[in-house]
Amino acid sequence: MRRLIKQREIVADEWRYADEDPLGRERALILPFARWKEERERWWLWDGKLGVRIGPTDPVAALEHDFLRISLVAIEFGGLGEGRGYSQAQLLRKRYKFTGELRAVGKIQRDQLFYLARCGFNAFELPETANWDEALAAFDDYSVAYQPAVDDGVSLQRRAS
Amino acid sequence: MYQYDQIDRQLVNQRVAQFRDQTRRFLAGELGEDDFRSLRLRNGLYIQKHAPMLRISVPYGLLSSTQLRMFARIAREYDKGYGHFTTRQNLQFNWPKLETVPDILALLASVEMHAIQTSGNCIRNVTADHLAGIAPDEIEDPRPWCEYIRQWATLHPEFSFLPRKFKIAVTGSPADRAASKVHDIGLHLVRNAEGEVGFEVLVGGGLGRMPMVGHVIRNFLPKQDLLSYLEAILRTYNLEGRRDNIHRARIKILVKALGPEKFRDMVEAEWQAARDTAPVYDAAEVERIKAFFTPPHYETLSNEDLMAGQSSEFRNWYQRNTKTHKVPGYRAVVVSLKAPTRPPGDITADELDRVAALSEQYSLGQIRSTHDQNLLFADVRQKDIVALWHELKSLDMGTPNVGTLTDMICCPGGDFCSLANATSIPIARQINERFDDIDYLYDLGPIELKMSGCMNACGHHSVGHIGILGVDKNGEEWYQITLGGSASGFDAAIGQVIGPSVRHAEVAETISRILNVYVAERKEEERFIDTFRRIGVAPFKARVYAPSDKAA
Repeated sequence: MRRLIKQREIVADEWRYADEDPLGRERALILPFARWKEERERWWLWDGKLGVRIGPTDPVAALEHDFLRISLVAIEFGGLGEGRGYSQAQLLRKRYKFTGELRAVGKIQRDQLFYLARCGFNAFELPETANWDEALAAFDDYSVAYQPAVDDGVSLQRRAS
Repeated sequence: MYQYDQIDRQLVNQRVAQFRDQTRRFLAGELGEDDFRSLRLRNGLYIQKHAPMLRISVPYGLLSSTQLRMFARIAREYDKGYGHFTTRQNLQFNWPKLETVPDILALLASVEMHAIQTSGNCIRNVTADHLAGIAPDEIEDPRPWCEYIRQWATLHPEFSFLPRKFKIAVTGSPADRAASKVHDIGLHLVRNAEGEVGFEVLVGGGLGRMPMVGHVIRNFLPKQDLLSYLEAILRTYNLEGRRDNIHRARIKILVKALGPEKFRDMVEAEWQAARDTAPVYDAAEVERIKAFFTPPHYETLSNEDLMAGQSSEFRNWYQRNTKTHKVPGYRAVVVSLKAPTRPPGDITADELDRVAALSEQYSLGQIRSTHDQNLLFADVRQKDIVALWHELKSLDMGTPNVGTLTDMICCPGGDFCSLANATSIPIARQINERFDDIDYLYDLGPIELKMSGCMNACGHHSVGHIGILGVDKNGEEWYQITLGGSASGFDAAIGQVIGPSVRHAEVAETISRILNVYVAERKEEERFIDTFRRIGVAPFKARVYAPSDKAA
């Protein structure tokens, strides 16, 4: 069973990717973006929970009208240097008001977590070999931040208040 | 000068702790080479030829004497006793040990300094005009805006993993002394028809492999929109910039591929779409920052005729190495790091201490680093200038060559840098030996010579009036010469290659021939760059390479 960090806790993943559960028996299925676009009508009336997994070049604006149906968006990171997912997440949260689970997947390591969380990610798939306790502590690497983000952080207004 | 409060201090201390842990994990084998590389680079730590290189951030080039003394201490205790000022106003140490870097960072934090984002694919140190706040032609002091941007950019959650490095320069004078047009973003404080001050915004400048001059994408941006507009540019770049090829990843490539108009339209559309969610202008915070940059308490003095009755040696120095100050009775004084025997920009621990002491005695305890690798005392009373000149001369920091051929910009090159294709410091020495006649240098007038040991152009060669680029040919050092580049103001331009590259031993001779063409062709009082613009590259090409020229 896959583990992940969700809301700063290590939990078992209730979701399955389409290749893991082709028939959606677990009633919580994450479809690749291309397939969601293709089969959107068909899945809309299905009675399980739906998520979509997007890559760095997939336009999040294409999901704008889908959030009544989609309750999870998984964003892929190919490595530490891949930075598009931060903007995708920020757009999903702030511009498109997505309130469901926003999951960072792919090559995720603890050193990214502070940034990812501030962009609105609330779930993180780490490699099984990761040091999970250290990773949990990484959210607290900083107790201050200079700029507003999806979380309030300590915004630039900090001193005025 | 900006001073940290509890929040600034906490952030920098937490960065030290985070980096200490990352270093520990790397040394313990828990963090792989590649991952640690990305993490250490965004904290200014390179692995170089002989040792790691640590680049320390000097925000907009402003330093206190306390900070300079800390550089001296670090140079002594953790390095080989010297440091190197860069073209982005930062300071580099070339010999720290990897495992001691967290301790160095802790020392830096104790004097309100850090190495955050001095390298890596993130927003780098924000640079400014070294005459900010004192230039007579200034519209507004750019430094509070630099600090406002610095804070916004520090550990920005969305823009810390960009396609490539990202450099911003801000100027407040029509004369651009910060090379802002060859930055990813150049911001110019300007006044509009209504008399309001805002920003002209340029995007897509940059040096490196494909040097380009930036394009204006907005003539006037109201100040309160600064951060929201920067976010629109950065988001467009972060999502659309190329990541498949490191040499095509800077924003200049995106701007060129789309065309500046299309890029501007995308930024404007993103800006509008983000209106409700972008950072709001924090007037109170801007005022808080501005209060750190209010002019110091100047004495009521009047301008003096300092040249009268002085030696020609002093007059030469005074004319070139001091700059006009907007307050009567004061001048800015260049602390030259361009003595003939000194690698350009280098400074020893003892010199750092001495400069710190002199700054306290003569210039309110503050020092500035300039993008052309000198230091500057901004607020010197004219009546103290002769005494200061004697002090600087005794330190070999009074070389009266500012603005001349030998006031050259030079990267550390192949002697230190593992990216370099060729050495640059020995070429600087060769040029200094060849052109040691100061009267000849004065006769040549203002010439900007800039030299890099590789395409990455840390030495800004592409925007030198004369540019020298080190190239590798089958393991031998060769040098390609460009002419006609310029980093300043309206004139910003990329230099043109004049022909085949020349051997290491022939560089000074080649420069000499170029100068001979200039001297033969110039009209009265015409600067080198203006002669070049008038006659073009052809006469240089023809005569620099003609064999008969050598005999002539």
